[in-house]
Amino acid sequence: MGFLELANVSKSFGDSPVLQNLNLSVEKGEFVAIVGFSGAGKTTLINLISGLLKPDSGTVTLNDLEIVSPGPDRGVVFQNYSLLPWLNVHENILLAVDQVFPNWTPVKKERHVEKYIAMVNLTEARNKKPSELSGGMRQRVSVARALAIDPQILLLDEPLSALDALTRSTLQNEISRIWQEDRKTVVLITNDPDEGIYLADRIIPLTAGPAATLGPSFKVQIRRPRDRKAINHDPNFRQLRREVIEFMLESQRGRHTAITKKLVLPDIEPEEPNPALLMFGTRPRRRNEVKEETVEVS
Amino acid sequence: MSDYVELSNLTKIYPTATGPAIIVNDFNLRIRKGEFVTLIGHSGCGKSTVLSMIAGLNDITGGGIILAGKELAGPGPDRGVVFQSPCLLPWMTAFQNVMLGVEQVFYTASREERRQIAEYYLTVVGLGEAMHKKPSDLSQGMRQRVGIARAFALKPKMLLLDEPFGMLDSLTRFELQQVLIELWRKNKITALMVTHDVDEALFLSDRIACMTNGPEAQIGDVLDVNFPRPRERKAVMEHPDYYRLREHLITFLEKQAHKNPPRESSPSSASIPDSNKPPKPTRRIQPKAETVEA
Repeated sequence: MGFLELANVSKSFGDSPVLQNLNLSVEKGEFVAIVGFSGAGKTTLINLISGLLKPDSGTVTLNDLEIVSPGPDRGVVFQNYSLLPWLNVHENILLAVDQVFPNWTPVKKERHVEKYIAMVNLTEARNKKPSELSGGMRQRVSVARALAIDPQILLLDEPLSALDALTRSTLQNEISRIWQEDRKTVVLITNDPDEGIYLADRIIPLTAGPAATLGPSFKVQIRRPRDRKAINHDPNFRQLRREVIEFMLESQRGRHTAITKKLVLPDIEPEEPNPALLMFGTRPRRRNEVKEETVEVS
Repeated sequence: MSDYVELSNLTKIYPTATGPAIIVNDFNLRIRKGEFVTLIGHSGCGKSTVLSMIAGLNDITGGGIILAGKELAGPGPDRGVVFQSPCLLPWMTAFQNVMLGVEQVFYTASREERRQIAEYYLTVVGLGEAMHKKPSDLSQGMRQRVGIARAFALKPKMLLLDEPFGMLDSLTRFELQQVLIELWRKNKITALMVTHDVDEALFLSDRIACMTNGPEAQIGDVLDVNFPRPRERKAVMEHPDYYRLREHLITFLEKQAHKNPPRESSPSSASIPDSNKPPKPTRRIQPKAETVEA
């Protein structure tokens, strides 16, 4: 029995099945990445684990207890940061700490909050409001807040998708560093196979929806700390990357139904836009007669 | 001369409160007919500024651009642009959005022929069933497909792609890269793409020019990408050179990131051209002296 366990979990919204027969077992201290297309049901999956949604059938258990509602044993980092705009960095994190550790002395709470602000390198910005922070910094606050409640498991729902490439790789480095320091159990949801390979112990593809389900799990056998440049000559990396991407694209391809349709493309050259010519109704310069082509439509 | 596109000493300077900001300085690049070239660099390095100057959406401060033997001045339908967000008119269907341009450049063709052109390109990008939907009813990926269809439907001399898949998730990006490369292969349109995605650059390009971080962005390395065409992702990724080139590009980008933190936002957002104004026929080479003084 894994630390986090999903058994035959299905979820539909109305008549449309989103997730079907999901089985997942995550060990304590393991970093698992779930990779899927947008719209495949990744966020639904995270909501089921965080307790924001209930499955139609099947069970989700954490540490042998069935999950029926949200709770502070699970820390969630959302794609849109979800910070309170009228509170500064420090207050946003303190709010969570107050809720989860109401019996602590103010000094202890204070020290605890500062520790996590420092962990994500935001000490300089501790008194700033979210509106004064860049996207990357906001997401750091969100990560610090999730870790500060000392959850049993950390759920990362596409935490870096809204950031530019450079900020994304900086934050990937930080997540990797923080994880190596305290080895929390992590479930990361992402649409980027490379992010999964760089961060996780194991990658599990979510097939394309509707009625998405989890594919086979791929172990990431690349030693930590991982180096973005050096992994390029690691044959394990190359093979894993190819397998994961192939699996994902294949699962999407299976969804298309190919119909063939006959199309006509007139072989005409474009004209210079010229209102004067328009009035004379000049004929197009044709290169040859109409060519026909059959196209596979998906 | 075998060069089809020639950027000579291209320079872009924005006046700011603290003196002129030199974004692009003496930028030179030659592209052969039918070649697919990519500019790769971090956000804010000035790569989109170069592209929008070629598109005619951004004034040129110094230097010049020649396309097919003619100096460019202002925007025109001989250059098809695919923007990062597809910029579709929200009250028109996908089909009407494509027709808008088609009617401009194929005005001598019959109504039926114009319809066939729009329908052809929308179908080959995979919108056969969805072409009469409005942008709000389409997913982000589908909207970008409309953007690609619209650019190709005009049969432009040159295709300009400004981070065309930057807003899509990486798996959707893979699919659309395949759509793009197949259309490009059939039409052999000379293309210049701007991206920061290493895999995208390797999969699509004949040549990759790495841009150093701005201000005063320049071309650092130029890489030839000789994977056989037509390209298929699996085969490209298995090519013995693939990961060597990938590492080279990642190393270049990391070095740039450490050397010089990129600016918070790039000033490249092109102003929307006023189509009522006639294009300015003047050459835009200005004396350089005033810029050097800064």
